[in-house]
Amino acid sequence: MTSSEAANKLKAKFGDLISELPEFRGESSVALADAEKIVEVCRYAKSDLDFNYLVDISSLDHYGDDPRWTVVYHLRGLGHGCELRIKTNVSEEISKLPSVTSVWAAANWHEREIYDMMGIHFRDHPDLRRILMWEGYPYFPLRKDFPLAGKESDMPGIAFSKPSPMEGGPFVTVAGGGSATAREPRIRIPEPETGESTGLIEKK
Amino acid sequence: MATVQDIEFKDPLARTAQAAEDLPDIQDERMVLNMGPSHPATHGVLRIVLELDGEIITKADPDIGYLHRGDEKIAENMTYTQFIPYTDRLDYLAPLANNVAYVLAVEKLLGIHDKLPPRCQYIRVMCAELARISAHLLGLGAFAMDMGAVTVFLLAFTEREKIYNLAEAVSGARLTTSYTRVGGVMRDLPPGWVDQCQKFCDEFIPALNQFETLLTRNRIWVDRVRNLAVISKQDAIDYGLSGPNLRGSGVEWDLRKKQPYLCYKDLEFDIPVGSVGDCYDRYLVRMEEMRQSVRILEQCIKKIPGGADNKSKEPVDYNSGKVLLPPKEKVMTSMEELIHQFMLVTEGMNCPPGEIYFGHENPKGELGFYIYSKGGGVPYRLKIRAPSFVNLSIIPKIFQGAMISDTVAILGSLDFVMGECDR
Repeated sequence: MTSSEAANKLKAKFGDLISELPEFRGESSVALADAEKIVEVCRYAKSDLDFNYLVDISSLDHYGDDPRWTVVYHLRGLGHGCELRIKTNVSEEISKLPSVTSVWAAANWHEREIYDMMGIHFRDHPDLRRILMWEGYPYFPLRKDFPLAGKESDMPGIAFSKPSPMEGGPFVTVAGGGSATAREPRIRIPEPETGESTGLIEKK
Repeated sequence: MATVQDIEFKDPLARTAQAAEDLPDIQDERMVLNMGPSHPATHGVLRIVLELDGEIITKADPDIGYLHRGDEKIAENMTYTQFIPYTDRLDYLAPLANNVAYVLAVEKLLGIHDKLPPRCQYIRVMCAELARISAHLLGLGAFAMDMGAVTVFLLAFTEREKIYNLAEAVSGARLTTSYTRVGGVMRDLPPGWVDQCQKFCDEFIPALNQFETLLTRNRIWVDRVRNLAVISKQDAIDYGLSGPNLRGSGVEWDLRKKQPYLCYKDLEFDIPVGSVGDCYDRYLVRMEEMRQSVRILEQCIKKIPGGADNKSKEPVDYNSGKVLLPPKEKVMTSMEELIHQFMLVTEGMNCPPGEIYFGHENPKGELGFYIYSKGGGVPYRLKIRAPSFVNLSIIPKIFQGAMISDTVAILGSLDFVMGECDR
């Protein structure tokens, strides 16, 4: 079996829910239209198509677009050696999809990481807690609207109360659009600080 | 005159039964014990909250993230080339292998992964295999030291020192090598390096035999690690383990064989697998992998195009002008190269929009990079699939029912690095 055959079988089974994405660098990807069906699709891929190994789950933040989130599953069959990528979109209002921990135990920590970093929730996850950041941390740092320097918080005991200074550091490249001048790596001096330097944020 | 007094000393089992009778109200009481984050056996900053019933672990909850630096966030804010030094700091016991893994992923995105000149491929394979030996040596040494065999640790470090010297000769740095570049390597092998590498191989096999005599049939060692923390084939696959931990459970899966990259197709080597899946099997697999790595190194030394000193001037990078910086003398004299240099430095190489996943067989397991590009010189999202992160997720499962004194042995046999686990 090849990856594209597996994609076709998924398509035959789930019909319009599955659409095949163009192949890129020899990798097959399919898009799943309804994120609620992810467990059924994964269970079928595991039991009938022999994708017994979950390589990775990652997430994308299309900030400013709708739906905002994409969750990406990398599947592999150790028997036939094929790989398949399943992508599914989740809108920002919902920010929730079913957990696939019942299919592969490996999903447990991957989903916890996505919850921690992006703030996407997984229904029926046995233990959905923060994993890399600490309990009580108020933000989701991999979101595109979270700045590289960090964000201020009013909880000095729990999170950093000031963004980290970026001046004098390495060159900072601005990702994404804009002109070459706006994007190029250069030292970007932050806004001059106002207020006391007590480390505490003034209440407005 | 001395008085003689008889003391009745019951055997442990009888004492436990007696205690249970005398103290009925402490029955079923669990003790919570905190291990780490800075504990010598946690190889970094792993914290495990253990729930104990006497000496038996009833529940283990690993707490990671103490070394989280936000590498994935950082990657979104710099060009592909600028991120290479950050990969040194993932699995800092095998920085050369991380460098190779990362640039192969970016090359796959660019579509130039099959255009690399053969000499570059051989150099990269040699780097990756040296890194594998270095990482396994530390894993082995630390594992043995946690079990009380300090000699092995010191002997292993003597051999690692030689690998550090080789890394220094090739890249100028012992630890933070940053040796590879997208499309090639920083520079060709220095003169005499291949001979040094051959000398290392010659000396390493006797050293490895010495480790084996110290451990493999050592009664204390075998009793400590055999039949301990058995991971079944099914569990290993289900939890997504990779590398020696997966192969120790008897799953024959090695990306160098199953999805060959670089010149691994042309090299002969075997994939050792375990039969039981216990700590002893994982130890044996690592020992054999080091022997296989030496075998690969020796083949590379013989087959490397251009020979040791590259007299025939084989290229070591794929230079179309749009990926690697052009030669300085051309930048100074030619308009085209000056433009390329300027664009590469300011904007980075122009990657096509698309997404790729590349998995590399790192010493700890499968180090994967998922790159989602919207075009341009900066990744929109770069996800690092760290082998240690996935390998550690099985801890709650295998710690349950183990003895507290076995925790260090199990952690040692899993051989993880928190630098890449926490990223």
